[in-house]
Amino acid sequence: MNTEIVGIVATYGITLLLAIPLGKYIAKVFAAEKVWTDFLKPFERFIFRLSGIDSTKEMNWKEQMKAMLTISSIWLIYAFFALIYQDKLPLNPDHNLGQTPDLAFNTAISFLVNCNIQDYSGETGVTYFTQHFVLMFFHFTSAATAIAAMMVIYKGLKEKSVTTLGNFWDFFVKSITRFLLPLSVLIAIILAFNGTPTSYAGKDTVITMQGDTTQVSRGPVAALVAIKHLGTNGGGWFGANSAHPLECPNYLTYMVEMIAQLVIPIALIFALGFYLKKKKLAYIIFGVMTFGMLLLFIPTIQGEMHGNSAIAAMGINPTNTAMEGKEVRFGIPATAYWSTQTTVTSTGSACGAHDCYMPMTTGAELMAMMVNCFYGGCGVGFMNYYIMIIIAVFISGLMVGRTPEFMGHKVEAREMKIASIAALLHPFLILSFTALSCYVLVNLPNIHWAFQPKNWLGNPGYHGFSEMLYQYTSCAANNGSAMGGLTANNVFWNVTTGVVLLFSRFIPIIGPVAIAGIMAQKKYIPESAGTLKTDTGTFGVMTLAVIIIIAALAFFPALALGPFAEFFSMK
Amino acid sequence: MAKRQRNNALFQKDLVNEALVQSLVKLNPRTLWRNPVMFTVEIGTVVMACVCCAILFNHNTTQGSLAYNLAITLILFVTVLFANFAEALAEARGKAQANSLRKTREETPAKKIVPVGEMYVDEIQIVNSSELKKGDVFLCETGDTIPMDGEIIEGLATIDESAITGESAPVIRESGGDKSSVTGGTKVLSDKIKVKITAEPGESFLDKMIALVEGASRQKTPNEIALTILLAGFTLVFIIVCVTLKPFGDYSLTPITIAAFVSLFVCLIPTTIGGLLSAIGIAGMDRALRANVITKSGKAVETAGDLDTLLLDKTGTITIGNRKATNFYPTKGIDDSAFIRNCLISSLADETPEGKSIIELAREKGGNAPDNFDIHKAILIKFSAETRSSGVNLPGGKEIRKGAFDAIRKIVVTAGNQFPADTEEKVRQISSNGGTPLVVSEDKKVLGVIELQDIIKPGIHERFERLRKMGVKTVMVTGDNPLTAKFIAEKAGVDDFIAEAKPEDKMNYIKKEQAEGKLVAMMGDGTNDAPALAQADVGVAMNSGTQAAKEAGNMVDLDNDPTKLIEIVEIGKQLLMTRGTLTTFSIANDVAKYFAIVPALFIVTIPSLRILNIMGLNSPESAILSAVIFNAIIIPLLIPLALRGVQYKPIGASALLRRNLLIYGLGGIIIPFIGIKLIDMMLVLLHVN
Repeated sequence: MNTEIVGIVATYGITLLLAIPLGKYIAKVFAAEKVWTDFLKPFERFIFRLSGIDSTKEMNWKEQMKAMLTISSIWLIYAFFALIYQDKLPLNPDHNLGQTPDLAFNTAISFLVNCNIQDYSGETGVTYFTQHFVLMFFHFTSAATAIAAMMVIYKGLKEKSVTTLGNFWDFFVKSITRFLLPLSVLIAIILAFNGTPTSYAGKDTVITMQGDTTQVSRGPVAALVAIKHLGTNGGGWFGANSAHPLECPNYLTYMVEMIAQLVIPIALIFALGFYLKKKKLAYIIFGVMTFGMLLLFIPTIQGEMHGNSAIAAMGINPTNTAMEGKEVRFGIPATAYWSTQTTVTSTGSACGAHDCYMPMTTGAELMAMMVNCFYGGCGVGFMNYYIMIIIAVFISGLMVGRTPEFMGHKVEAREMKIASIAALLHPFLILSFTALSCYVLVNLPNIHWAFQPKNWLGNPGYHGFSEMLYQYTSCAANNGSAMGGLTANNVFWNVTTGVVLLFSRFIPIIGPVAIAGIMAQKKYIPESAGTLKTDTGTFGVMTLAVIIIIAALAFFPALALGPFAEFFSMK
Repeated sequence: MAKRQRNNALFQKDLVNEALVQSLVKLNPRTLWRNPVMFTVEIGTVVMACVCCAILFNHNTTQGSLAYNLAITLILFVTVLFANFAEALAEARGKAQANSLRKTREETPAKKIVPVGEMYVDEIQIVNSSELKKGDVFLCETGDTIPMDGEIIEGLATIDESAITGESAPVIRESGGDKSSVTGGTKVLSDKIKVKITAEPGESFLDKMIALVEGASRQKTPNEIALTILLAGFTLVFIIVCVTLKPFGDYSLTPITIAAFVSLFVCLIPTTIGGLLSAIGIAGMDRALRANVITKSGKAVETAGDLDTLLLDKTGTITIGNRKATNFYPTKGIDDSAFIRNCLISSLADETPEGKSIIELAREKGGNAPDNFDIHKAILIKFSAETRSSGVNLPGGKEIRKGAFDAIRKIVVTAGNQFPADTEEKVRQISSNGGTPLVVSEDKKVLGVIELQDIIKPGIHERFERLRKMGVKTVMVTGDNPLTAKFIAEKAGVDDFIAEAKPEDKMNYIKKEQAEGKLVAMMGDGTNDAPALAQADVGVAMNSGTQAAKEAGNMVDLDNDPTKLIEIVEIGKQLLMTRGTLTTFSIANDVAKYFAIVPALFIVTIPSLRILNIMGLNSPESAILSAVIFNAIIIPLLIPLALRGVQYKPIGASALLRRNLLIYGLGGIIIPFIGIKLIDMMLVLLHVN
C-alpha cells in the first residue's frame, strides 16, 4: 500500500487506540470515580472558593443553561473590548492595531462559540495579549462549555427520574483541569520540540534562499496550536493556519494535530458507553459516525488522487495533478484526510487551501458541516447526534407500534417541538443567509458600501456560490474553516456571520439539554420485549438514514448549484 | 331489531358518496388549518390559480403555458381533495359504525315513573325516550325496548343484547350485583325492571365515541400532536428550501417559474402522511368500535399499544366459564356409592355451575338419590364467604357440608373429630394438579373429597405467547389458592398470577407495576373493580358491569369478552405503526421527487446537471407534472392501508423495525422512481407537451 495512505490509516488507528482509554477515563472523572488525577482536587476546590461557587449544588437544566449563558455573555463583552483596544494593551511587540468594531464583534463571537472563523490574519490582526487571553482562553472555555452541557445530557440519560442533573461549573472546571489542560500541555511540548515557535519576541527577520530579507511572525504558538486542535476550535496563530510551516513543522506534528482534533470527540462517545454502562450503544453511535465520515472521506480522497480533468485536458499527465493548494510536504491523502476530519469535527483548521480542492471535496466538506454530527465538535457533536436520535426514535418507535421512548423516557410533543426547532435551525441559517448574500450580490452589486458586493467573490459561477455557501455553513456548524476566495473582512460578512454564529451555537446546545432535562423528569419506563432497542445495528441504520435524509433534503438544491454543478461541468 | 351489520368493505357506495361531499366541505381553510401540511398545499393551489389568472388576463409569458399552469393547479387541488377524502371516508366509516349502534336507540316510548308522593303508588307516564333526563327512573317489562342506558335499581330480567353485541343468547341483568347495567336499544325478554338513567342525553359513552371519529371536533391525541409538530418542522424546512431557491436561481441566472416553486414545495412536504394522518387516527377508533369496544378517549387506544402488563381474570378469560367436577375420592372406610350419593344430595339444591357439574358427574357414575328423598324437605345452607362452605340439613337431622379444605377442617376439628390423613393427602394432590378440592362432610365427619378441574380455553396459550413476544406480561387474577393458581398459570402460560385475590389485591398489584413505570391494563365489571379500573392505564369495563365500573374505566367492551384486551393492544399498536410507516414512506419519497424536479429546474441554464435526471424524464414540464401527479395519486392509493392499518407482527421490536424500514423506507425510496417514470412515459404517450 501507498505509504501516504499507510500514514493516514496509522494516524486514525492511533486516534482510536487513544480514544478508548481516554473515554473510559473521562467517564470516570464525571462519574466521580477514583482517577489518578484526583490530586488536582485541592486546585479545583481553590478555583471554586475563589469564584464563590458551590460546585456540589445540584442544578436543573434551566439553571445549567442560565449559568452557561451568563458566563458566556460576560466573556463576550470582555473579548469585544479587549480586541478593540488591543493596541493599548501589553504584549504587542509587532505594534498591531486594534480591531474594527465589526471585526471585533465577529472575532469575539467566533471564538466564544468554538467556531473560530477568522476574518483577520493572526500575524497582523491580533496581539500576543489577545491571542493568549482572549483567543486561547476561549479555546479552552468554549470546548469546556460544550463538554459541560453535553455532560448534563449524559447525566439525564443515566438517571431514572430526576429534576437536577449535576453542576455545570463542576463539569466545566473538570473538563479543563482533568483533560483539556494536561493534554494540551503534552501536545504543546511535542510541538515546541518539533519547531513550533514558543517565544514572546516579535517578528524575526530572515534572509530567504533568494537572498531577500523578510519578516516572519513568531510568538507563543505551540501552546495555542495544541488546544486549537484538542478543543476542536481551529483558530490558528497564523493566517494560514496549520498550512503555515511553523504551525505544523513536520509529519509528526501533522499526526499529533490530526489525532488531537479527533481524539476528544471520539473519546466522548466512548465515554457515553462507559458512563451509562451501555458500551454497545456507544459502539453503535461510533459506528454510524465513522460510516458517515467514510462516506465523505472516500469520495474526497478518490477525487483528489485522480487528478484534475481540467489540467488533464491541457495534455498534462493526469496522475497527481490536483496538487494546487495541497500540503505538498505530506501529499494528497494527508491533505484530503485533514480536510475531511477538520470538517466532520468542528475544528476547521486547515493544512491546505480549501478553495483549490476538487469540487467533490468541497461538496464533502460542506456535507460534513451540514450534517455536523459525524463525530462533530467537542460535546456539540454528540448533542447534534442526540437530536437525530430523538427524531429517529420517534419515527421508529411508531414503526414498531409503541409511543416512542429513549432510555426509558417517553418522547412527546414538547420534545419533538424542541428537536424540530433544533434540526430546523441549521438549514434555516445556512440557506437563508446564503440566499441573502446571493440577493445582495445580484441586486446590489454596486451599492455604496466601503467594500462593494461585486468584489466579494474570488471566483465567478458555481465556485463562487460554493464560497458563500461554505462561509455560512462553516459558521452555522461552528466549524470555522474558510473556503477562501471570499473577501469576508467587511461589515456585511462580519456582521451576518456573527449573527449566524450566535444563533447556531447556543440554540443547538440549549435544545438538546432541554430535551434531556425534560425527559429526565419523566417517569422511568423499564425495558420490555416490545421496547425498541437503541443499541442495535438496525437502530443505527435508522439514525443514519434520518441524518442523511434530513441533510440531503434540506441542502440538495444548494449543493446541486454549487459543488455538484461544478463537478459535472468539469467532466 | 336487526342484528348489527359489520360491514368491512372499505369503499361502500353510500359512504364514498358522503365522503366525496365532505371532502369539498373540508376545503374550508378554517377547518383545514388544523392540518398544517395540507393547509400549505391549499395555499399553493390558490397561488397557482392566481398565476393562471395572470396568464389569462395579462398574457404573461414568463410563467409557461396556460395549460401547463392549469394542469398543476388542478393537480394540487386534487391533492387537497384526496387528503380530505381520506379523512372524510374514515370519518364516514366511523360514523356509520357508531350510527349502527346509535340506531339501536331510536325514539322509543319509555315508561317513566313519576313519583306522585310518598303515600301513593308511583304513576307511570309514557314519554318519548328523548325526553328522559339523568336521574329519571323508568320501567321495562317483557317485550319492551330499553329506551336509555341506565342501572337497574329494582328487579331482574333476561335481556336480548344482540342489537349491541351480536350475541343471540339472552343475558340476565339484575339490580344490586355486578351485572346491573342495561344499554339503550336492548330488549327485555322476560320479567320487569326499574332502571335509573345514569347519563345526560348526549353524554353517553357512545356519544363520546362518536365525537372521537368526527374529524371537526376530534381532539388530537398526544402522539398525533407530536407527529404533527415533526411534520410541520419538515414543512418549514421545505418552505426555507423553496424560498431560498429564488435568490440561488437569480445568482445562477436561472429563472424559476412559480409553478415550479409551488410544485417543488408541494412534492417535498410530507403530503402523504399529512393527508392521511387524521384518517389513520379515526380509523384506529373505528377499528376499536368494530371490535365492539367503545373508547372514551383516543389516548386510551394509543396507550393500549404500549401496555406492559395485562391483568386478566382467570374465569372466562383463561378458563372456560367454571370448574367441573372430575372425580370423587371417598375417605378410607367410606363406601364409594354412598359417598357419591351424599355428594349428589348435597348439590341437588346447588344452583352454581360447580354444583350442577357434581350432579352431572354423580349421575354419570350411577349415583342416585334415595327413592323417598324429597329435596324440598331439606334445609339449604347457602354458600357464604364466612363459612366458605354450603350444604343441606336433611329432615333426619343429618348435616351434609361441602366446602374448601380449611373450612371443613375447621368444622371437623372443632367438633373434636380427626381429619383423615389420606384425604388430606388427596387434597394436596388435587391442588398441586391445578384442581380445586371440595371436601364433603357428614355430621362433622369427613366423607371424602370431590375434585373440580378448570378447563383452559383452547388456543389461549398461543395468545399469551404472542403477547409475550409483544413485550406484554400477563397476570392471572384468581380466587383460587396459590397452589391451584400456580398450576393453571403454568398450564395456560401466563407470566404471573395473583392467587386468593381480593379486589384490593388487584389495585395493589397495579400500583406496584406502575411504580416500576409500567403501563397496566385490566378488565373488570364489578363496583369493587372500579378503583382498580380507574387506577389502571387502560381499564376496560364490561358493558354488563355496574355503572361505577363503566365510569371508572376508559373503555367499555360491548361483548363482555375478557380476551378483548389482547385485541385492544393490537389495535393500539397498529394505529401507531400505521403512522410511523407512512411517515417514513412519505419522507423517503422526497428523494425521487428531488431527482425529478431539481434537474428540471436547472437543465436549461446548467446543462451539466442533466446527469441528475437519472430517471430520464422527457422534459422539465413533464418531469414536474409527473412528480406532482405521483404526489397526488399516492394518497388515495394508500387510503386502504391507512384505514385498515399496517399489520402488527409480534416478531420483536428490532425485527419489526427492520421489516418496516425495508418495506416502507426502502420501498418509499424506490417506488416513486418507478411511479414518476411511468407517469412521465404516459404523459409522453398522450402527447401532453
